[in-house]
Amino acid sequence: MAATGTLPVPEKRRRSRVVRRFLRHRPAIVGGGVVLIVVMVAVFAPLLAPYDPTATDWGKIRQAPSAEHWLGTDDLGRDSLSRLIYGARASLMAGVVSVLIAVGIGVPFGMISGYVGGWLDAVMMRITDAVLAIPFLILAIALAAFLGPSLTNAMIAIGLSASPVFARLARGQTLVVRLEDYVQAARSIGAPHVIILLRHIFPNILPPILVQATLTIAIAIIAEASLSFLGLGQQPPFPSWGGMLNTARSFLYQAPEMAIWPGIAIFVTVLAFNVFGDGLHDALDPKDE
Amino acid sequence: MLRFLADRLLAAIPTLLLITIIVFGLQQLLPGDVALILAGDERDPAAIEEIRELYGLNDPLPIQYFRWFADMLQGDFGRSLRTGAPVGPMILEKLPITLQLAALALVFSIVIGIPTGIISAIRKGSALDYGANIVALSGISLPSFWLGIMLILLFSVQLDWLPAGGYVSPLEDLGGNLARMVMPAFVLGTALAASMMRHTRSAMLSVMRQDYVRTARAKGLSERTVILKHALRNALVPIITLTALQFGTLVAGAVLTEQVFNIPGFGKLIVDAVFNRDYPVVQAVTLATGVGFVLMSLLADIGYFLVSPKLRG
Repeated sequence: MAATGTLPVPEKRRRSRVVRRFLRHRPAIVGGGVVLIVVMVAVFAPLLAPYDPTATDWGKIRQAPSAEHWLGTDDLGRDSLSRLIYGARASLMAGVVSVLIAVGIGVPFGMISGYVGGWLDAVMMRITDAVLAIPFLILAIALAAFLGPSLTNAMIAIGLSASPVFARLARGQTLVVRLEDYVQAARSIGAPHVIILLRHIFPNILPPILVQATLTIAIAIIAEASLSFLGLGQQPPFPSWGGMLNTARSFLYQAPEMAIWPGIAIFVTVLAFNVFGDGLHDALDPKDE
Repeated sequence: MLRFLADRLLAAIPTLLLITIIVFGLQQLLPGDVALILAGDERDPAAIEEIRELYGLNDPLPIQYFRWFADMLQGDFGRSLRTGAPVGPMILEKLPITLQLAALALVFSIVIGIPTGIISAIRKGSALDYGANIVALSGISLPSFWLGIMLILLFSVQLDWLPAGGYVSPLEDLGGNLARMVMPAFVLGTALAASMMRHTRSAMLSVMRQDYVRTARAKGLSERTVILKHALRNALVPIITLTALQFGTLVAGAVLTEQVFNIPGFGKLIVDAVFNRDYPVVQAVTLATGVGFVLMSLLADIGYFLVSPKLRG
C-alpha cells in the first residue's frame, strides 16, 4: 500500500491545483524570484565578487563609491560590494540551517507529543511553553553567550529557540490527522507506530510546516543579522550583513554609505521570504479565500 | 473570578519552574571548567579549588540547582563576576529606563496599528488595504537596528535635529529625555505597530462575519455604531491577548534599540554582560524576561476575562 493512496484527492491533481493557486499570487512569484536571485548570488559569490572580501588595503580606507569600488571600501580598506555579496552566504546559511535545526527538533517532538498524548503530552507541552516564554532573541543571545560567539553557535542558538513553534504546530496537526480514517485503518492492521508517524501522519502535516519554515527563515535571517550586529554571530574578518552594520555604526559621521547597503540587503531578502511564505500559505491553505 | 485566577496561577507554576531549569542549565553549556572561568587570570590550583568550594561546584548538579533556586526565591540573583555587585539591584536599576522606552513604543504602536487595522478590515480589498498590508509586511521585514541607524543618519548626522543617542532621566530634564527617546521609541514601535495592524485586521475581519454584526446592521444602526460598539468590542479580546504576547518582540527589540542608541537599559545590560563574560547577569536577565512573559500572559488572561462577558458568566 502506497502513501499516495492516503490522500483524499489524487496527489497529482492536488499538486497542480496548489501550483496554479500559487502562480495566481503575483507578489509571491516576485518574492520567490528575489529569493532565487539571492541564492544565486550566495552560490556564485566567488565569481561575482570583484575582490577578495577579506583582503585589506590600508591605502584605501573608507573610500566613497568609485568606478573601482562600486560601493566604496570599509574601515580596513576592504571592498564593500564583495563583502555584501559574500554576506549573502552567512545570511542564507543561517536562515536555512537554523530552520532545519528547528524543524529537526520541533517536528518529531511535536508529533510524538500529539500522537502519544496523555501525561507525556502534558509534560512535553509544558517544556515547549517554558522555552517559548523566554523571548526568542534573548534565548538566542544567552545561548550564543554560553556557547561562545561564532556563526555555527548562532545557528544552533536560533534553531533551538525557534524549535518550540514547530513543536506546537506539529502537535496540533498530528492531533487532527491522528483521527483520520487512513490512520485508524493503518492502526487496525497493526502497522508499527513509527511507520504510522512517518508514512501516514508526516506527509499530511507537511504543508503547514513548509509555510511556517519559509516564514521562519525570514525570522532566522533577521535573528542572525541581529546576533552578528551585536557581535555574537559571524566573527571578523568574515563578512555578514549584520556584522557590516555593526562596523558601519562606528563611522556614521565619516562614512555614512557603509550603513546603507547591508541593511537594504537584509530588508529585501527578508521581505522576499515573507511574501513568498504568504503566497505559499494561500496556495496550500485555501480556507481564507 | 478568584477561581479562574487561581487556575491560571497554578498552570503557570510548572512553566516557571521549567524556565528556571533551562536558565540554570545554560551554564552547563560553557565549554570547559566553570571554576577556571570564574578564576579569571588566577592559575594557582589551590585558589581554583577554593573557588570551587566557595561556589559549591563540587556538589552534584541537583544540589547546585536547588541552592541557586533557593537563593533566587530570597531575591539573591548572585553577584556580577565583573564588579562583584549583586545582580538583582543591577537589573532593578536599569528596568525603569527600558520600561519608559517600551511604554512609549507600545503607545505609538497602538495609536498607529489599531486604527489602520480597523480601516484595512472595513475597506478589505481596497487600495488602502493593500497599501497598509504592504507597509505592515515591510515593517515586519525591516531589521529594527538598521532602521535606527538610518534615522540617526538622517536626523542626527544630516539634519542635526536630534541627539544620536544616550539617556537623560526625565526627572532631571524632560525635554532632553524625550528628544533622546523619540527615535528609539519609533524604531521599537514600528515592528510592533506592523504586527498589531495585522492582528487587528484579521480579528476585525472574523468578527464582522458574525451574526450579531449582521443583526446590528439589519436593525438599522449606523455603520459607525456597528463597527465601534459591536465589532471592535469583540475584536478587542484577541487584540489584547496578542498585544500581551508581543512582550517578547518588545524585549528583543529593546536589546537592539538600546544598543543602536546607546541607552543604558535592561537590553544594554545583557549585551554588555555577554561581552564581559558576566554569566550570572546573562542568566538573571534571561530569567527575568521569561518570568516577565509568563506574568504578561497572566495579565492577558485577566484582561480577556474582564472584556469578555461570556467567560464571566
